[in-house]
Amino acid sequence: MSDASARSHRKERQWFGSMMLAVVLAFLYLPLVVLVANSFNASKYGGRWAGFTLHWYQELWRDTTTLSALGNTVKIAVSASLGATLLGTLAAWCIHRYSSRLQKLHLLVTELPLVIPDIWIGVAMQIFFVAVGWDLGLSTVIVAHVTFCLCYVTALMLGRLQDFDTAVLDASADLGATPAQTMTRVVLPLLAPGMVAAFLLSLILSIDDFVITFFVSGPGASTLPTRVYGMAKTSRTLPVINALSSILILLAFVVTFAGHRWMRPASRKTSSP
Amino acid sequence: MPAQHHSTERRLTAPSLLWMLGFFVGPAAFLFTAAFREPDTLGGLGSGWTLDAWKLTGDRSVQEALWRTIWVSSVTVAGCVGLAVPVAWRVTRMEDRWRRWCLILLVMPFWTNFLIRVYSWRVLLASQGTLAHFMMDLGLLPPDGTLLYNQGAVILVMIYTYLPLAVLPIYSTMEKFDMSLFEAARDLGATRWQAFVKIVLPNTSKGILAAALIVGIPSLGSYVVPEMVGGIGSEMLGSKIAHKLFSDRNLPQAAMLATLLALCALPAVMIALRNKEGTRR
Repeated sequence: MSDASARSHRKERQWFGSMMLAVVLAFLYLPLVVLVANSFNASKYGGRWAGFTLHWYQELWRDTTTLSALGNTVKIAVSASLGATLLGTLAAWCIHRYSSRLQKLHLLVTELPLVIPDIWIGVAMQIFFVAVGWDLGLSTVIVAHVTFCLCYVTALMLGRLQDFDTAVLDASADLGATPAQTMTRVVLPLLAPGMVAAFLLSLILSIDDFVITFFVSGPGASTLPTRVYGMAKTSRTLPVINALSSILILLAFVVTFAGHRWMRPASRKTSSP
Repeated sequence: MPAQHHSTERRLTAPSLLWMLGFFVGPAAFLFTAAFREPDTLGGLGSGWTLDAWKLTGDRSVQEALWRTIWVSSVTVAGCVGLAVPVAWRVTRMEDRWRRWCLILLVMPFWTNFLIRVYSWRVLLASQGTLAHFMMDLGLLPPDGTLLYNQGAVILVMIYTYLPLAVLPIYSTMEKFDMSLFEAARDLGATRWQAFVKIVLPNTSKGILAAALIVGIPSLGSYVVPEMVGGIGSEMLGSKIAHKLFSDRNLPQAAMLATLLALCALPAVMIALRNKEGTRR
């Protein structure tokens, strides 16, 4: 109550904050807007507007290298996310359930990759693969992605497990369920929403990853980010990147909106279906 | 009973722990040893042990890259936190309706591909681009000048890339802040600025620290931004490492530089781990 009146009393003082907010939002969206606008620009260099065209999008559609990179990205993301979700959930379960020195080590090795720079992980993995003679390609990228996605999944599931009521496990045992039955009939259904969220997070992280992928990929294993980087570096087919980027931006916006819409009603439910 | 418990624990822990030991801890330890090995003519690791790679620390360009990395990361952290704090505060003071939309708007650019966000600045700052033309018309930029490929561009794009990441932890701490403390200070005669600096900031320092770490540590290892919008004089440690690995094919030197990077990041990483522990309790 007093908060609301206090807020209206101080309403005129918000101009600095509002200005900063406006400036920051403009700053964040300006380059994206320019990029999307340029994807329809007939001019190759984007300096002057030379007319509206869909030419670059047509060229993108014919670009087989980019399309195969897209295919790789999806393959890697889905397989790595499946592996990461399974391993990560298992890891979070153990860390949450058992408090031993083993679990402290377990926690540390899943936390560490989250706080060190990506490039360090990329270098370490590349040197490792080269040293053991594992050819860099699709498999090494998938392994690398499972490794870092696993850490994010573990962190997310640990957060979810905070709200997990272990009394349910005891109740299940009291009612005569075997540990296996408890696991499949009680634990997994309760963890399912979290696992779905973890899977989606893992997908996004995998699709978006550049540095680690760049370091551990080989011929035939290019992903969308590495393809964009390659095109930008060779500077030959610039406007096509604008078209590709615009599509990815649109996709990201749609997914964020959809995710937000989908999550909102779910947060109001008191228990999962 | 306890023995059974232990064996179940071990069986369940094994898959993820062994994976992480095999694909993270192992390569990490290996990286440290690789810095002391001889390079192979084929671009792999030779069989001898040597301190040759460490001689690079005497190299002028390596030293410059190291200091530049620390400098650029510090400025990036300062810039991100400096912008994120007022923005997060403004959003916290908003009504619920607007708050949700503001947060989505602030975070959405982050969900677009990182590389594309960096690339979009290359387009925007290009010398044939709109912004450059605009500044040339105003006389702010010489006709042959360029906004791109310099350290300023690197810092600008770094701040751009990490800003949404800085806003979230600061906002989340500010949201939990008891606003009545702020109002009480104002009622007792403090100016808006005094109340903010003396009451709000100390109480939200955890979030600000988290933001600084979440921006600072990746910045140290930054590779893409200096590569794409930086010039010859703005090489950072990350670009040097990539250069050694891909162009020179000198694995021990790359490993040595990576170890250097790890040493730079170490104090921040330790603080970050301790911070994580604190939030879990």
